[in-house]
Amino acid sequence: MFANGFRRWATYRGAMAAGAFTNTIFGLIRAYITVGAIGAAGGTLAGYDAKAGITYAFLAQALIAPVNIFTWNEFALRVRTGDVAVDLARPVDPQLAYLASDLGRAAYSIIPRGLPPMLVGGVVFGLAMPTAATPYLLGAISLLLAVMVSFACRWLANLAAFWLLDLRGVMMIYVLASGLLSGHLLPVHWFPSWLAAIANATPFPSIIQTPIDIVTGRAEGVDALALIGVQLGWLVVALIAGRLVFAAGTRKLVVQGG
Amino acid sequence: MADRLTPYRVLLASRVRSQVTYGRSFALDVLGSASVGIVEFAEVYIIFANVDALGGLDFAGVAMVFALANLAFALADLAVGHLDQLPTYLRTGTLDAFLLRPLPVLAQLVTSDISLRRLGRAAVALAILGIVLPLNDIDWTGARIALLFVAPLAGAAIFAALFVIAGAVQFWLVEGAEFTAAFTYGGSYAASFPASVFAVPMRVLFTFVVPAAFVAYLPTLVLLDQPGPGGLPQWLGWCAPLAAAGIWLVAVLGWRAGLRHYTGAGS
Repeated sequence: MFANGFRRWATYRGAMAAGAFTNTIFGLIRAYITVGAIGAAGGTLAGYDAKAGITYAFLAQALIAPVNIFTWNEFALRVRTGDVAVDLARPVDPQLAYLASDLGRAAYSIIPRGLPPMLVGGVVFGLAMPTAATPYLLGAISLLLAVMVSFACRWLANLAAFWLLDLRGVMMIYVLASGLLSGHLLPVHWFPSWLAAIANATPFPSIIQTPIDIVTGRAEGVDALALIGVQLGWLVVALIAGRLVFAAGTRKLVVQGG
Repeated sequence: MADRLTPYRVLLASRVRSQVTYGRSFALDVLGSASVGIVEFAEVYIIFANVDALGGLDFAGVAMVFALANLAFALADLAVGHLDQLPTYLRTGTLDAFLLRPLPVLAQLVTSDISLRRLGRAAVALAILGIVLPLNDIDWTGARIALLFVAPLAGAAIFAALFVIAGAVQFWLVEGAEFTAAFTYGGSYAASFPASVFAVPMRVLFTFVVPAAFVAYLPTLVLLDQPGPGGLPQWLGWCAPLAAAGIWLVAVLGWRAGLRHYTGAGS
């Protein structure tokens, strides 16, 4: 399933290049806004100096495709059309099968969607990336967990299709919540305390903010391990919730046809 | 003239009816569109929870830039946002049907749909504008009042032209929808913030190539009577309609070239 997911996305090279270009332009715009805000704050804002802010802006863009903070409704469509019957008949667990396929997609997209924004950011501004190996090692683990947490949340959102005919509202709320609360727009560390409290009560910061904090070395040692622990916690909770909701959904599901 | 417009009016009326027939579904869509505006405004809110100024403007000033840009984009998106679907039309061959009818293809495409749900986002932008306008210190003259009304319309025309150009490019790219998003949605994003935060090359790109700064930032400078940053004198704010006319010229020429290039999907 992993290799299949990888190959499937490797087929669309043009779309990958186009996506990377758009991520890069948005990275540039957001980097300048970030620098403007940090400058107005007197050089540092919540521990971010200009270079750290720029690095954050480009990393957030580079991660969009791998962790897929936007919508994914493939499984919901299968529920609506009844194709889900095929998934249920297969001798593999649907949740884990789709997770494996999503990891394949993420693995492929890291280089073509992640590298161009980082390269442009590095050339235009210069980025503040750590020189030691540990942040990258922990960052890789954190990124893997981020992809899986993101999948587990998207899976849950898709399961609403068992009960709702039109998922547009659910997906819209999901995209907006994940876009804002994950730290994709601006670092969660910049949020006013009430909004930060809301964000930290959701799994979304585990998807963007946490891997960036770890790979840039903002969180080191015990702090980094604690963040990874939080990611693991959300992953377990979201995966189990996904299994329970899936079981409830399939009990209700009726697929017509012969 | 009235006769010539009848087909478009009938088409649009049918689209409007189809969207408001399912009342609850329509209300949810409007709500969803409004939330997009609110979440985007969260970015301005979060920044000003930390600082007092951005790019030389205070909160009221930046919020005004944001509201003017969002209003303009919502109106353009409402009217022509569906041109984004052109790659689908090209792949499935739906466009060929448009080519067979004795009406201009672009006019048909534009009137083939209207996304009334985007009124939600326009309403949020209007509400923000209504709240922050009194917070700004504006010396109201007749010309400035006129500019306040002209700017969102010129801005909507600018974004609409960007959508048309993005559509025209699809005739060559087909799978490049995300490539053009850098200029339509990226243009909208760049227009929502003061162009003074950009370094000069970016400022030039989002003023004279993609005329995003003309949508909200430059008119705001005029309204607040503030000097512009390097390369962008304040009087440019009066030129928003000229910028709209210029980008529409490019859009129409580009669209014609694209349509001539089109050879059909073999359907």
